[in-house]
Amino acid sequence: MRAFDARRRNVFEHKDNGMAARERPLSPHLQVYRPQLTSVLSISHRIAGVGLMIGTLMLTCWLVAAAQGPTAYEILQVWLASPVGKILLLGWSLCLFFHLLNGIRHLLWDAGWGFELKQAYATGYAVLAGTVVLTLAAWFAAYGVAR
Amino acid sequence: MSLRTPLARVRGLGSAKDGTHHWWMQRLTAVALVPLTLWFAVGVIAHVGAELSAVRLWLARPINAGAMILFVAAVFHHGQLGMQVVIEDYVHHEGLKLAGIVAVKLVSALLALTCAVAVVQIATAQ
Repeated sequence: MRAFDARRRNVFEHKDNGMAARERPLSPHLQVYRPQLTSVLSISHRIAGVGLMIGTLMLTCWLVAAAQGPTAYEILQVWLASPVGKILLLGWSLCLFFHLLNGIRHLLWDAGWGFELKQAYATGYAVLAGTVVLTLAAWFAAYGVAR
Repeated sequence: MSLRTPLARVRGLGSAKDGTHHWWMQRLTAVALVPLTLWFAVGVIAHVGAELSAVRLWLARPINAGAMILFVAAVFHHGQLGMQVVIEDYVHHEGLKLAGIVAVKLVSALLALTCAVAVVQIATAQ
């Protein structure tokens, strides 16, 4: 409530400046807005993107090790097969599929489709379901099949 | 507190001019990354635990080497644009913001080139 009062004061200060005549919130404030699917997916898209940028370090290591030779490649493979390596790979695969699917959702918005509340929620849940399905499928294909 | 309106303060400073270009490149690389990412995921999954020779043979095929270099270029360009927006939104100290953006762009360029050279090395070694 304290933060809200402070904002109300801000609104009045603006009023004193002749900036805003009406008493109303300036913009959606995280402190007073309840998390909803749309906003959570929005910030998750950014977090996943940053996570994937960290993952590009591993992509670079993988390609460099493959170019370097069997010794370097073996070290990387052993490390990636360790629990820490697998947890990182799981995180990156989740980020990858989520960012990919939610990115397609963003491209559809860019094309002008899907802004209705109903569609925004339907595509949001579809992205979450698709992320789980693709990640499970990828891990089953990679590790589930006996090699 | 200035009595000047935001419009008066910004007038005459000129536009940043490349806002549309930033937006457009982010979308262009995003579109390219949809098929490229699926190709990458399938390729990586197919080579989990595989011998290096098999990975090299796969990467040495011109279509795969080309796709990997394109993937790497699109990934780092797209990622660098995204990181710029994230830094611009959350880092409010001017100096840190600029340093962060410059660092992200330079490191991205270095990593992208490193990846591309590695792919070329693998492709030409076969």
